Amino acid sequence: MADSAQLIAHLLRRAGFGVGPDEQAAFGGLSYAQAVDRLVNYDAIPDAVDTHIGQAGYLGTTSNGPFSPNTVETDAQQRWLFRMVHSQRPLQEKMTLFWHNYFATGFDKIAGVVTATHATRLMAGKASEDPVGQRGQIEMFRANALGSLRDLLIQVTIDPAMLIWLDGDTNTKAQPQENFGRELMELFSRGVGYYTESDVYAAARVFTGVNLQTNGDVRTPTVSFGWIYRANQHDTASKTFSFPIYPDGGKTIPARSASVGTQDAIDLIDALAYHPETARRVARKLYDFFVSETITPAQADIDALANIYLQNGTQIKPVLQAIFMAPQFQDQAMHFTRYAWPVEFVVRALKEVGWTGYSAASALGPLSSMGQQLLEPPNVAGWVLGQSWFSTGAMLTRMNWASNLAANQQFRIAAAAAGAKSSPTALVDFLTSRLTTDLDPAVRADLITYASAGGVWTGSDTQLRAKGAGIVHLILGSAAYQFV
Amino acid sequence: MSLTRRTFIKNGVAAFTVTLAVPRFVSDLAHAQGPVSRNLIVLDLSGGNDGLSLLVPYLDPFYYSRRPTLGIPAGTVLPIGSDTSGKALGLHPKLTGLQGIFNDGRLAFLQRVGYANSSRSHFFGTDIWSTANPGNSTGSGWVGRYLSTIAPPLDPLVAWNTTGDTPHMLQSSSVAVASIPSVSAYAFQSPTGGAESALERTAATSIASHIPVDKPQVAFVSTTVQSALATLDRVASVGQYAPSVTYPNNGFGQALRAVAGAMAKGTGTKVFWVQTGGFDTHASQDTIADNGAYVKLMVTLNDGLTALYNDLKNQGLLSNTLLLSFSEFGRRITENGSRGTDHGAASVMFAMGGGVRGGLYGTSADLSPDPKNPTLENAAGDVTFETDFRSAYAKVLDNWLGADSVAVLGGNFRKSGIEFV
Repeated sequence: MADSAQLIAHLLRRAGFGVGPDEQAAFGGLSYAQAVDRLVNYDAIPDAVDTHIGQAGYLGTTSNGPFSPNTVETDAQQRWLFRMVHSQRPLQEKMTLFWHNYFATGFDKIAGVVTATHATRLMAGKASEDPVGQRGQIEMFRANALGSLRDLLIQVTIDPAMLIWLDGDTNTKAQPQENFGRELMELFSRGVGYYTESDVYAAARVFTGVNLQTNGDVRTPTVSFGWIYRANQHDTASKTFSFPIYPDGGKTIPARSASVGTQDAIDLIDALAYHPETARRVARKLYDFFVSETITPAQADIDALANIYLQNGTQIKPVLQAIFMAPQFQDQAMHFTRYAWPVEFVVRALKEVGWTGYSAASALGPLSSMGQQLLEPPNVAGWVLGQSWFSTGAMLTRMNWASNLAANQQFRIAAAAAGAKSSPTALVDFLTSRLTTDLDPAVRADLITYASAGGVWTGSDTQLRAKGAGIVHLILGSAAYQFV
Repeated sequence: MSLTRRTFIKNGVAAFTVTLAVPRFVSDLAHAQGPVSRNLIVLDLSGGNDGLSLLVPYLDPFYYSRRPTLGIPAGTVLPIGSDTSGKALGLHPKLTGLQGIFNDGRLAFLQRVGYANSSRSHFFGTDIWSTANPGNSTGSGWVGRYLSTIAPPLDPLVAWNTTGDTPHMLQSSSVAVASIPSVSAYAFQSPTGGAESALERTAATSIASHIPVDKPQVAFVSTTVQSALATLDRVASVGQYAPSVTYPNNGFGQALRAVAGAMAKGTGTKVFWVQTGGFDTHASQDTIADNGAYVKLMVTLNDGLTALYNDLKNQGLLSNTLLLSFSEFGRRITENGSRGTDHGAASVMFAMGGGVRGGLYGTSADLSPDPKNPTLENAAGDVTFETDFRSAYAKVLDNWLGADSVAVLGGNFRKSGIEFV
């Protein structure tokens, strides 16, 4: 069994983005159970992270004009990275990222329809900072990060970004549009193999008339977007599915008058959210994300989580509590075994190496080359996880970004390591203790060989900067560091 | 420390072999792997290409009646003749370069390719086309399996992916794929530079040589680092490539430029992977206007492939090259209310290269909405396949790559009448 500090660090890498000075302060004196409680019940902690953007001592941001995360995509990406580094509610940011991947919606298509400015609003706009209170999809996930999947499915169905992304805005009675209905069943609930083509056609008809509402002129900053139900575009005929829609086993959504046609969608979503296959699928997704993506879980473990989900009205919070308290999660053999997503790698490195004088903007291009551009998942199925992050090109990008960060932070690294300048070995041991990872002794030997090479060790400032930055680069670019 | 692959590869993607015998420049090893230096470029038109807008049955009245806004006017298509059923076909108006290559006899279209009960899921469909196995699409890719048949040791540049993620089609349990989305960024950097950079590279190489037997995930990444470091210099040489034509300044064009550069610099690469996306045209597909969504897709496709063809021809490399396109499914025949098309079934593939026997293979569908129309399915909503996609793969494996298609595809899919290569 790992000691409490190691276990909490593991928890913070998985349920957050790692351990920096802020986490050390906040979680330092807590028991493991208290740490889980603090993470999960984050509503008790003020959501004040955004107030620190632009302040000294925090991760920087760089913008072409005034920093405008509600209307400029790269600023929105920077704000999200900032939150991941500095939020006092790390699990909220982690689950927002989870939902962004689960309901993967891409910025470009939306920008093509409503312009990049409004696409940023629809993806990441913060209602309290918007002239007409427009809230973006990411903010919606953030507000419902641990809430019920049923409510999320309803919210996603009428989310303006999603209505554009999966073409719901053009779903009409005469020509039902299948895109959303298909992905709702394939990706957002039951999964491939648990629906038929005729279910797709029926689902498309369920959502006929649920369209995008644009209030105002898209050329103005005050246009707002919402959803509208066009009763005259709703297919009122009955819709029969291959699986039960109602508790009595009924598979047919009855014909009903157009005026109450949105009930079709509610009936279908209720059925999907509470279907046992959805419960197992969500449980497995959360298990893979938090516990292990490489070990096939016992069916009983997935069923237990699925039951918690079903018994709690599809709420996610109780499922997460159960996961974090489970021995399977805490098992030391699981530590440092999940392939870090690019944003996890970058944010953790910033937390452990330092961020003062570094701009989030400097990470955006490299993140894209590592395979993860926030707000731009490759398609509606989200990013391909695990080993797929580690092509040769993407790994080189991680190594080269590590070099960039180490160069940027070399004075601070050297200053922090001043007490360890007595020998190459002392320097290596100081830096490996700071950059937590499961480092092979042979790697430590390589680092010491590197630190000793190229001249007599004097411990001069110049040498400390070069070797300190070099060691940080090598650790961050090592295979072992690519795991959370 | 040296161990065989099998000890650390569990399931899924192959890591790189630990004992790399990497020649520094022109790959003697690659040449030693076979007398023929033929290569295959796989082109993924991702999103589900609308074959009826690429290869247009411009005399079929149902094409126009079922596509009132998407039907491309007959007077604007680029006629390329008729298929064996007598159906007149023309290329999308923007495919002028491809028309020239067709007229050179170096471009072949294979019509109505697919499989029974075609998946309409992007992801499942891509998996099926990748594995060549509609029954179980979770295993290795068919190109990956072909690579596995090449006698080891394999050069780490034997397969060159121009995108970020290793495509499923190239994955196997024993051969790793180099992913090189940008040749210029494929380099080793150092925070300090100078002499320190060389010391760091030595250290990074040593660190990556420790393969923990009990940590398969770390072993996997370590071998990725090894391979990246081992291929840096040769990839850098491709960055020096001076093409004979100007490639379009977009992702697809630059990927094709890198492919030609790798061939010209003799990396010995057997398989390249290129991709151009945006084919999921559910709404506002616009096949006609100059800024239309599908029109732009065709411009990107035409300009990139024409540049590649001309460059390889100028360099004397065309005879070694075969490009094969695929897409995860075709699209519905009747346009939808969003002036787009939904996910469909069978579609068109094409092959381009010096060994290609150009022409029109297979027959076009009859687009009559009669539910009994045998060339259509799904209540005459979709095109029914005539040629199993694995038959196209078999032709490439047997006739071009010199492999045994039965072994690679797990069955005999050989078919006569489609001798496009």
